[in-house]
Amino acid sequence: MDFITLVSLLRMELLLTAGLVVLLIYKIFYEGARDKMAGWFTVSVLLGTFLCGIFLPAEGGYFGGMFITGSLAGMEKSILSLGSVFIILFGRTWLENSRHELEFYLLILSVLLGMFFMISAGHLLMFYLGLELATLPLAALAVFDFNKSRSSEAGVKLILNSAFSSALLLFGASLVYGGSGTLYFPELNSAITFPASRGSSFLLLAGFSFLFTGFAFKISAVPFHLWTADVYEGAPVPVTAFLSVISKGAALFVFVAVLYRVFPLYSETWSLVTGLMGALTMVIGNLFAMRQGNLKRFLAFSSITQVGFLLVGVASASQLGHAAVLYFMLIYLFSNLGAFAVVSVIADKTGKETLSDYRGLYKTNPMLALALLVALFSLAGIPPTAGFFGKLFLLNSGASSGMIYLVIFACMNMVVSLYYYLRVVKAMFVDTSDDPIPHFNSGLPVKIVLACSVLGIILLGFFGGLFDYFTSLTFGLQ
Amino acid sequence: MISVPVTHILFVSFALFFIGAYGFFTRRNMITMLMAVELMLNAVNINFIAFNRYLYPGQLEGLFFSIFIITIAAAEAAVAIAIIINIYRRFKTIDSDDIDSLKF
Repeated sequence: MDFITLVSLLRMELLLTAGLVVLLIYKIFYEGARDKMAGWFTVSVLLGTFLCGIFLPAEGGYFGGMFITGSLAGMEKSILSLGSVFIILFGRTWLENSRHELEFYLLILSVLLGMFFMISAGHLLMFYLGLELATLPLAALAVFDFNKSRSSEAGVKLILNSAFSSALLLFGASLVYGGSGTLYFPELNSAITFPASRGSSFLLLAGFSFLFTGFAFKISAVPFHLWTADVYEGAPVPVTAFLSVISKGAALFVFVAVLYRVFPLYSETWSLVTGLMGALTMVIGNLFAMRQGNLKRFLAFSSITQVGFLLVGVASASQLGHAAVLYFMLIYLFSNLGAFAVVSVIADKTGKETLSDYRGLYKTNPMLALALLVALFSLAGIPPTAGFFGKLFLLNSGASSGMIYLVIFACMNMVVSLYYYLRVVKAMFVDTSDDPIPHFNSGLPVKIVLACSVLGIILLGFFGGLFDYFTSLTFGLQ
Repeated sequence: MISVPVTHILFVSFALFFIGAYGFFTRRNMITMLMAVELMLNAVNINFIAFNRYLYPGQLEGLFFSIFIITIAAAEAAVAIAIIINIYRRFKTIDSDDIDSLKF
């Protein structure tokens, strides 16, 4: 029963595809009607994939091994779906002013579909198709405010940079194909184990360097980060949140899987390079985050810094590091999306987004200020919040792989990052302003997001079984 | 039958790739930058087909990969040109030096 196997293995992808088809038909017949229904429909589809990935992950391969899924892939897809639910919920305030609400949901669903295929790829072709399916709609999302010049500029920067990095990735893939004669990940791994037998180690090594560079562009690690801040600032706030959490997360998951599964033989080299890139990324992210007055841009640079910390876990080249990356990604999702939700709703309701506007926010909007406080504490890694445990496990994995200097350096950067996170907190709670942001009702969807993210940030840190569960899902070098 | 050795074809593809990369970094017209990226993608196609033909003649993977690359490059160009047209409407130019409303 081949068809049944297909449906059961690709259940998350097919659910998303069905959602896409229904939305397209809805678009044809209800053109111009209010799209409230479509929003709730998209949220329920995404919640469906979220639950499906956690409780009913499929196990096995299809398309002759091009598509491989398992409980780890299911968990990663669930994390991405959950993040998209949050973004759609707090983006509603912004979407109400847009005439193209439905297209936003369509684009989000197709980006997620591409990411799902990318995560489940067992073959470089499937990986490339998933990557492009995730990239092209993302560029369309970045220009979503197409009447604003900043949004168009962000879109053109995103598409040109991602086209360039895709070309690098593909050139690497072609050289790897020349060196090994296969594009399947498991066979590539065994082909690399005996490079001398074919005399093709140069091609493989060159191909690997190109692939690595392409990935570094995608996760915006320094020195390949220059496009990031511009794109994040120009794009609409929900899209920026999507770029900084969901698309970074998907790229990192695949990066780890490819490094650990396909290129374990080069681990000494890539571990060193990833560690160095991580250190540079933290420093540059910190330096630029310090001098930002615009909250959106500040969050963009702080998310570059967080990628630097994640790279410590990647560089550790161990199962512990892999689990720590997954765990931190989940916590980072709650903290960063919580912070973006507050910034987004304030920008939509009042149009204010600079640090000086946030003075005295606690007096007028105490709940928003408290939610932002918890999210920022978690991003900074202050103990009672989950962000502390996420960073603890990342650094722990780095230390257990013997990268003591990198860990010390990362700790110093954590202290530096406290400065600019607390600067925002000080503005909200200590400073007073003659012209504070007036009190407003943020609406039910934003309240749901903030409640979920605050609960997630506080509970995830104390729920220790989760990390053990993630460790059982993940793998080290193979 | 094969008279051209694979190294010559690799030389062409590497040259094409780096000409593309050079063009991407030096040209300021966005359409030209897009064309430079297409050159890089064509270098990849040549690589795939040459490796497939010379080193692994029993397979079809390289050929299939290049067909997919051609298709996706077309989709990418469509999206990119749509965005560039939008840029032209906002800024009245497609010179990347003049599009600098975002700066740190």
